Amino acid sequence: MQFAPPLGVEDGNVLVLVGTTKGAFLLTSKAGRSRWQMSGPHFPGHAVYALAFDSRHGRRRLWAAVQSMHFGAVLRSSDDFGRTWTQPQEANVKFPSDAGVALKQIWQIALAPSDRPDTLYCGVEPAALFESNDGGETWSLVRGLFDHPHRGRWEPGGGGLCLHTIVPDPSDSRRMLVAISTGGVYRTEDGGRSWQPRNQGIRAEFLPEKYPEFGQCVHKIVRHPTRPKRLFLQNHFGLYRSDDGGDSWSDIARGVPSDFGFAIAIHPHDPDTVYALPLESDEFRCVPEAKLRVYRTRNAGGAWEPLTRGLPQKNAFEAVLRDGMAADSLQPAGIYFGTRSGKLYGSRNEGGSWQLIADTLPPVVCVKTGIAGDAEGGNVKAPKKRAKKPRVGTRSPARARA
Amino acid sequence: MSVVFRIPGYLRTFTEGQKQVALDAQFRLLRDALDSLAKKYPGVRDRVLTETGEVRPHVNIFVGTESVRYTGGLDTPIREGEEISIVPAVSGGSGHQLRTISV
Repeated sequence: MQFAPPLGVEDGNVLVLVGTTKGAFLLTSKAGRSRWQMSGPHFPGHAVYALAFDSRHGRRRLWAAVQSMHFGAVLRSSDDFGRTWTQPQEANVKFPSDAGVALKQIWQIALAPSDRPDTLYCGVEPAALFESNDGGETWSLVRGLFDHPHRGRWEPGGGGLCLHTIVPDPSDSRRMLVAISTGGVYRTEDGGRSWQPRNQGIRAEFLPEKYPEFGQCVHKIVRHPTRPKRLFLQNHFGLYRSDDGGDSWSDIARGVPSDFGFAIAIHPHDPDTVYALPLESDEFRCVPEAKLRVYRTRNAGGAWEPLTRGLPQKNAFEAVLRDGMAADSLQPAGIYFGTRSGKLYGSRNEGGSWQLIADTLPPVVCVKTGIAGDAEGGNVKAPKKRAKKPRVGTRSPARARA
Repeated sequence: MSVVFRIPGYLRTFTEGQKQVALDAQFRLLRDALDSLAKKYPGVRDRVLTETGEVRPHVNIFVGTESVRYTGGLDTPIREGEEISIVPAVSGGSGHQLRTISV
């Protein structure tokens, strides 16, 4: 680890944004990803459950959802990689007076596809979606979802009744999925005016009816940018794939030690490659057999392989939460995850081996990535020629660029 | 001078660093005094009150030495010269800001 101030980020550098229960930490590296600089804690003493890097339209803007236990939650941004942060006078995300509810926490910040470079979304508790169409200056409640007749029957999960996942469709900015614990998956195809539950095939282990229309406890959904109908979902029991944009879901949890877990990440260039981090039951919530293993499928869930090189394989009572794992968009892809015990691991060879990038952080609740100067803002374009699947450990990360 | 607000460390970002803010006006209720404080320093309002108009659950307000949770909440009567303290509940920290370090 090389110690450094929070500046000096050059175009092409990788950013890893780490949110913890006690503040945010920002890490950066050149594309080789062999040496990291870290700054933090930003917002010491505040929980940061959501982070994002917006490089659309030439921006270099970090977003952080900053939660004071006493004084509420606001979105703060930085255009100088964390040297200074905005401090809004008014809370910038809040319910209108007729909503009758008050914001508890901001769980997710998401960017619209790059054809709408001024649009952002955030998901909050109590479960609701907010939208900004002016680059984050002002935010408004998406009434189509808030007024949904199902809302009164959504139940809080372990983390509260939260909208924690927002999955825009890069091929159609009117289409988007959200996930609510526990409400399940909802999809809009008209820019948020109307929403339909999209939970067909997803199990609700904790309800008498195992496959209800809604009410599932979905933990995370990822979508491949070049194949928007391909989705993967980590459920509260169950790993699923959809090939029809969420119309139906198939169980793909064959070959993992547990189908319970939170975090899931998709390979930026291969829609068949996904990473999951199974946990042992919803009661114990630590990695099975106290072995820290990331599971990877390279055939869309047909088979899974454990990735262990560099990860502790005994007495590892670790857990990774729903936003605790992310991939960068370089080739070969970097995969990162943070644990509740404050460790940040990274792989610069698509999971072939792992390095402990940071230790003894506060409990990690969020890991996000970005590439400085990436005009797509993390919305990866379809490669013209499909990249050959890399042979782990044989390519030089130092020479790899997106 | 009618009332004096005592401002916790966290909120001084929004009161130009002032530990105490004196408001030279007559107020009937706590909500009137808070409204006046928030007009002068808009950043205070959303940190103390939720958007449904309630005092945040982990913020305590004392008029004199009495918590307003037991005296009528925002409808607590205010007397001339009253001292009003906004205090983070003991369930959290002091608001003392650590300097961001580079490690």
